[in-house]
Amino acid sequence: MSPRGGLVAELESADALEAAVSELQALGYRSVETYAPLDLPGTETSRRVPRSRLGPFVFGGGVAGAVLGYGIQWYADVRAFPVAVGGRPLHPVPAFIPATFETTVLCAALTAFVGVLVALRLPALWHPVFEVDGFERASTDRFWLQVGRDDPLFDRERTTADLASMGAVRVVPVPEEQAT
Amino acid sequence: MTAARGALTLDRSAPEHPVMIGRPDDATLTARLLAPLLGAPRGWLLLLGLTGAGTLALFGAIGYTFARGIGVWGNNIPVAWAFAIINFVWWIGIGHAGTFISAFLLLLRQPWRGSVNRVAEAMTLFALTNAALFPVLHLGRPWFVYWLLPYPARFGVWPQFRSALPWDAAAVGTYFIVSLLFWYLGLLPDLASARDWLPGLRRRRIYGVFALGWRGAGRQWREYRMAYLLLAGLATPLVISVHSIVSLDFSISQLPGWHSTIFPPYFVVGAIYSGFAMVLLLVIPLRRLYRLEDLITARHLDNMAKLLLTMGWLMAYAYVVEAFIAWYGGNLYERYALLVARPLGPYAWLFWLMLAANVLTPQVFWSSRLRTSTPVLLGASLIILAGMWLERFVIVVGSLSTDFLPSSWHVYRPTWVDLTILGGSVCFFGFLFLLFVRWLPFIPMHELRELRRDLSPHGATP
Repeated sequence: MSPRGGLVAELESADALEAAVSELQALGYRSVETYAPLDLPGTETSRRVPRSRLGPFVFGGGVAGAVLGYGIQWYADVRAFPVAVGGRPLHPVPAFIPATFETTVLCAALTAFVGVLVALRLPALWHPVFEVDGFERASTDRFWLQVGRDDPLFDRERTTADLASMGAVRVVPVPEEQAT
Repeated sequence: MTAARGALTLDRSAPEHPVMIGRPDDATLTARLLAPLLGAPRGWLLLLGLTGAGTLALFGAIGYTFARGIGVWGNNIPVAWAFAIINFVWWIGIGHAGTFISAFLLLLRQPWRGSVNRVAEAMTLFALTNAALFPVLHLGRPWFVYWLLPYPARFGVWPQFRSALPWDAAAVGTYFIVSLLFWYLGLLPDLASARDWLPGLRRRRIYGVFALGWRGAGRQWREYRMAYLLLAGLATPLVISVHSIVSLDFSISQLPGWHSTIFPPYFVVGAIYSGFAMVLLLVIPLRRLYRLEDLITARHLDNMAKLLLTMGWLMAYAYVVEAFIAWYGGNLYERYALLVARPLGPYAWLFWLMLAANVLTPQVFWSSRLRTSTPVLLGASLIILAGMWLERFVIVVGSLSTDFLPSSWHVYRPTWVDLTILGGSVCFFGFLFLLFVRWLPFIPMHELRELRRDLSPHGATP
């Protein structure tokens, strides 16, 4: 679950972000989220983020695609509209393979794409953290760290001090979701 | 992408051509790569106008074909397949290099793919847009194109999946959709950068909608990385399947010159070959126009030239094996088609021209100096693209014109409509590409940020 509300701290480099994440981890904070303009797997190892669960879903999508693709071909050419051509078999398995392969890949890819959007809860054009002044640089050259108010250790004064001690340029509260 | 990380130690030990010159910081990089979205460089509008005119000519010729029927083309029995199929195969093939760069090289952890992969993927999409036009036009009654789809029609007729045409529809359709998803997923973080960096509310709103609300949260990156890798893993066998299926259009027929088991790998290699030539043709002017020589470096050109050389030799091998099997197989008609009609028949000059273009041209890339010379690369790419088009001409028209019955032999000539459609489709491709470089970040910024961080970790400057 991503953190709700709380505080965000602006950091100047990816290294500072990685260091701050491990420090927060060491202090015992749990509801922590990072925002960075690039993928930083280093920020995950220190807080034991679970692996993505997308893989099995994509596999399932592929299997469904294979069954669907072969099933459509079988229904169309064997059941619904068999055409005898030059004595060739009416149920030619090899001839049905190319399209079956394509539907397998298609359904797996669609599952991956839809799956990642569902996992990311996108599209969501607005998010409370966007209300933070200067947060737009999180997609270009700044690194942000959020500690949710749902964290058991969260305490506005102390967390602000903790974040500031990690080299945060500034620490600001995240507007609550009710605010518009 | 992060997956590019493992290979980077190797990368530092090969300093001859660095993969990135200098280490621009994130702000500079973003500003440089988003600047093209603010305004067009000089000459862009002129090029857009020229290619736009060509596009109009294309749609004019298509309209004329619709109104009059495909009798306005040069094909007739026995050459029932001609320009439309040649162009189809040629364009699909060009598309393959895009997927090769974005998916294959991602899985192989090649750090140099980063700065060219989006251009290559866009090339794939636009090549496929063009390719998909041709079989539809060739249907004769293109308004019935939906008959290719299996849907419960009231008249109870279903597509015949023992034919290669529905395979093509499935392969090309899937390839287009998967390429589009892969491309769009790669764009998401950069669209978010555009949303946040560009001035003006209207621009921000448009890019903001397409960025879907990307925040760059750690949780998002993790899922994103997995989805991107999965799509790359799916696109890799897909790209091989697509041109294999296209080649089955030919090889499952009985015609000498088509009926050959070497066709699937032969077509896939040819596809990647012509595609890399097209990537070079697009990337070289692009890096010049936008002054990107430090991000698309000599390393990129050098690697692509080496790939052209490799693919050129694989093509040469395919040509030799094709002829050898025609002799060794002992089939009289096949032996005649490949060993007499092709090298000595009415299209012999095209055949020899094709061999020279596809086999001799890449040999210049044995020289490391020529591999990074942009005029040589541009010239070679053009020749290879023309050579690959000729190869499809030799296969399609050459084989059909001398079929089993000598009394029906016929020398094919294209009409002005054929030529307009071919030229127009090249313009249409250019037109789409120009729009792409104007409105979308054509170099993946988030991948370059990662690359830069990998090359100089912890803020170290070389």
